[in-house]
Amino acid sequence: MAFATNLLNLICYVPLLGALIIIAFLKRDQSKAIKAVATIVAGLDFVISIPLWFLYQPHGPDFQFVYKADWIPAIGSKYFVGVDGISILLILLTTLLGFISVYSSFTAITHREKEYYVFLLLLQTGMLGVFISLDFILFYVFWEVMLVPMYFLIGVWGGPRKLYAAIKFFLYTLFGSVLMLVGILALYFHNSTGLAAIGLPGLGNPATFDVTALYKIAPSIPFGLEKWIFMAFFVGFAIKVPMFPFHTWLPDAHVEAPTAGSVILAGVLLKMGTYGFIRFSLPLLPNATRWAVPWMVALAIIGIIYGALVAMAQKDMKKLVAYSSVSHLGYVMLGMFALNPHGLSGSVLQMINHGLSTGGLFLLVGIIYERRHTRMISDYGGLAKTMPVYAMLFMIITMASIGLPTLNGFIGELTILVGAFNRSALWAVLAATGIVLGAAYMLWMYQRAFFGEITHEENKSLKDASWREQWTLIPLIIMCFWIGLYPKPFFRIMEPSIERIVRVVDPDYLQAPRMQPPSVAVPAHDAQAEPAAAAPTEH
Amino acid sequence: MAADLFALLPELVLAALGMVVLIAGLGTGARRHGVLGGIAIGSLVATGVVLWFVAGQSSPTAKFFFGMFVLDKFSLFFKVLFLLSSLLALLLSLAYLKRNDVRPGEYHSLVLLATVGMMVMASSVNLASIYVGLELMALSTYVLAGYFRREVKSHEAATKYFVLGALSSGVLLYGLSLLYGTVGTLDLATMAANLRNGGVDTPTLVGVALLSCGFLFKVAAVPFHVWTPDVYEGAPTPITAFMSVGPKAAAFAIFLRVFLGGLEPLVGDWRWWVGGAAAATMLWGNIAALTQDNVKRMLAYSSIAHAGYTLLGLIAATPAGVQSVLFYMLAYTVTNLGAFGFVVLLESRGYAGETVADYAGLARRHPGAAFGMLLFLLSLGGIPPTAGFMGKLYLFAAAVEAGYVWLVVLAVVMSAVSLYYYFRIAMQMYLRDGEGVEPAALIAAPWAERAIAICGVAVIIIGIYPAPFLAVTRITAGVLGVQ
Repeated sequence: MAFATNLLNLICYVPLLGALIIIAFLKRDQSKAIKAVATIVAGLDFVISIPLWFLYQPHGPDFQFVYKADWIPAIGSKYFVGVDGISILLILLTTLLGFISVYSSFTAITHREKEYYVFLLLLQTGMLGVFISLDFILFYVFWEVMLVPMYFLIGVWGGPRKLYAAIKFFLYTLFGSVLMLVGILALYFHNSTGLAAIGLPGLGNPATFDVTALYKIAPSIPFGLEKWIFMAFFVGFAIKVPMFPFHTWLPDAHVEAPTAGSVILAGVLLKMGTYGFIRFSLPLLPNATRWAVPWMVALAIIGIIYGALVAMAQKDMKKLVAYSSVSHLGYVMLGMFALNPHGLSGSVLQMINHGLSTGGLFLLVGIIYERRHTRMISDYGGLAKTMPVYAMLFMIITMASIGLPTLNGFIGELTILVGAFNRSALWAVLAATGIVLGAAYMLWMYQRAFFGEITHEENKSLKDASWREQWTLIPLIIMCFWIGLYPKPFFRIMEPSIERIVRVVDPDYLQAPRMQPPSVAVPAHDAQAEPAAAAPTEH
Repeated sequence: MAADLFALLPELVLAALGMVVLIAGLGTGARRHGVLGGIAIGSLVATGVVLWFVAGQSSPTAKFFFGMFVLDKFSLFFKVLFLLSSLLALLLSLAYLKRNDVRPGEYHSLVLLATVGMMVMASSVNLASIYVGLELMALSTYVLAGYFRREVKSHEAATKYFVLGALSSGVLLYGLSLLYGTVGTLDLATMAANLRNGGVDTPTLVGVALLSCGFLFKVAAVPFHVWTPDVYEGAPTPITAFMSVGPKAAAFAIFLRVFLGGLEPLVGDWRWWVGGAAAATMLWGNIAALTQDNVKRMLAYSSIAHAGYTLLGLIAATPAGVQSVLFYMLAYTVTNLGAFGFVVLLESRGYAGETVADYAGLARRHPGAAFGMLLFLLSLGGIPPTAGFMGKLYLFAAAVEAGYVWLVVLAVVMSAVSLYYYFRIAMQMYLRDGEGVEPAALIAAPWAERAIAICGVAVIIIGIYPAPFLAVTRITAGVLGVQ
């Protein structure tokens, strides 16, 4: 079992190793070799993460592929990694998008290539570390480490306002995470010695930052403390998601970042916020979670509608996609805080979907930006005539993003809406308006950019997407269709993990089977069986 | 008597070698940098060896010189830290002194004597000997701050430092004498016992307040910080590096020793105003640093802010708090020496290397150096995986445990703010590329580079695997009589 225990370490540190190889053995002008090493390393990382999918036993232990070693005994922090069904999906998404973003950068990045690929690989290690850590300090270390390469990716290779965007991203997210650290410390001392000076007795357990051990004390945290810890975590995670009204860093960072940076940012970094909620806030602080549901749902729904409305008004394609992320992440949060199996599994699936479709959209915008160096929708028009393949790829990804049945977005949104509807019909109705708006802004953009007459002379001679560019998108499209047509394996792998969370956060729900509408009995149920029922919500 | 002298042997050796350097430097003018530097560095190493030998022979609980001097683990930790920081500071100085054509003899000698003073401070358990050590250290650093006699800035630094330093020493002495008058002893252990048994009257509290003012001046805490930016800016850069770590750590050593040893029974009284000072220090240090364009001034304000963080460990007044201060001083020493080391290396053309803009494009010309500086900046800002993060984590944990959650919230928010000014330098190094500026060249200083490399490796190692260092600081628990 040496392979299984070390698999996560291998996945996490292979990119770091690749970065060190590039630093140590390659010179700045060896552009080809640098790209080759980066691509091979990122590809290898994806390949070695695939066994997770096959070897993971959904009904086995809570956390698998566990590796534990002493790290900082003085404070009871261990080097402890392990995954459940939720993190496996996110790890696979990360390694896939990481691989794609490396080879999608070949022509986009032309200066300081060595540093670029080093930062990209370091970022990969940081993100993977976040998803595998089961020790709070380890988690926090990776959570912060990853800010630095992202800062440089935006700041060095970004657009005209890169300096502003980079530091705004860095400080905004850092501000949230330091408050989270205070929450972590409060939880830690509550578990062990208590906070003497404010008269809070501890539980007297051995000092530990082990998340799985802290899960056990969740019921005994006094509600007052729990609320404060929840809010500290909330600041950290909500900024990362980003939830309305903490989203203002996102459009800046997305617009200024280079294509690969945007892909990683949208595809993976935003998921770290939602992952944080699902891994820590919900199971550790169930009472505070239930207490916060109205607020969280309100913010999620505002995010869905506000993001969609603002996206509709954008002239810049990248900004449009960025605001659509705010809207999509609103769905993820809504599903999560429905606190039932449908909502949560839809929420996790929608994290993956958003990574695939929004990552794809950023890649597509990047392709056209490399040719014309403008992202204004009004600078295009009639592209379908000169770039038919590109137009088709764009169409598929657009459809995935707006949730057309047979594509992944539909499954995710439907499951979330079912979960939300179970709680309140109003939530579902309000959220569904977001889908309508989403279809509107995406299709409107598509229509303006791709149909009609070619209004700009430069657009007549544009080259269609090259083989390499097509291959940055084809894996994503395959995944979109797979999830859209046969999502069962995805639900199957995360179902037991989701159920564990629901059992903590809302035990009553599982004991009341009457609440479950018969048509979608379990999330593992093949959701495409009833497209007709949900079709009216689609446009 | 022999036992007393044996316990003091490391200090005696260092003082004697300091005199040797002084005499060897006589009449050499600005020559023989290598020889004198070599002797000075050799003296520190020799002292380290003697210290190791003496520590192995004597008992950690024994008291020497009529109960004024101890060799407990607490003092040993700090002595090693002082020797290390002086050693690294001297390594940073070698090429610098040569280039600026100043007399090396007195310089090295004064650094060694300041180190003797710091070592005495760490070992003293009596307010009188603490004061003697403090003054030896302070007088040496006053002179060092003004070592560039022909530079107006250096002159100004020395004068300001001396005048304000003398004032603070006066305040300290006044507090000391008040305490002696009311408690009737200068010995810290007896003082704690007397305070526990007898009541507390106003003169005692005034004495404690004055004492804390003196100490807050020495650690450069707000509102006694005004000297810091000017002195740090005007002093020769290696001396700034030295002052920002060695004397600061020494001041924290006596702060801990006096306030958690002798004045521990009054912890409820001094805690709130030291806590207020810590809050003000973190706030103002970081806010003032935001607008600095001079790197030395920026790092001066940053070191003020760091004093604020460190005070959290003192306020916690728990064994974990003491350990966290020790650990933080270690992390901060290697980090700050490294950061100032780069300022030394960049100071090639007159005062270049002092403004933030001088760092523009450094990553292109010197990728290794830029990466090193980035590492130190991240560590100062407390971003993992660096020593600074682990140090802060431990400090904040101690303060949260003691219930000072509001101070910790302030501290974490301010350390997020601090990243803004640290990243101004990082931005210049990495992001201001190809904008027509010719990047500044680093001077060739092999020993300084080695010193910086040592700091860099230490920052990474402490940041990734802090367990052995934490274990070292843990042995100090209980030494100060903290429950």
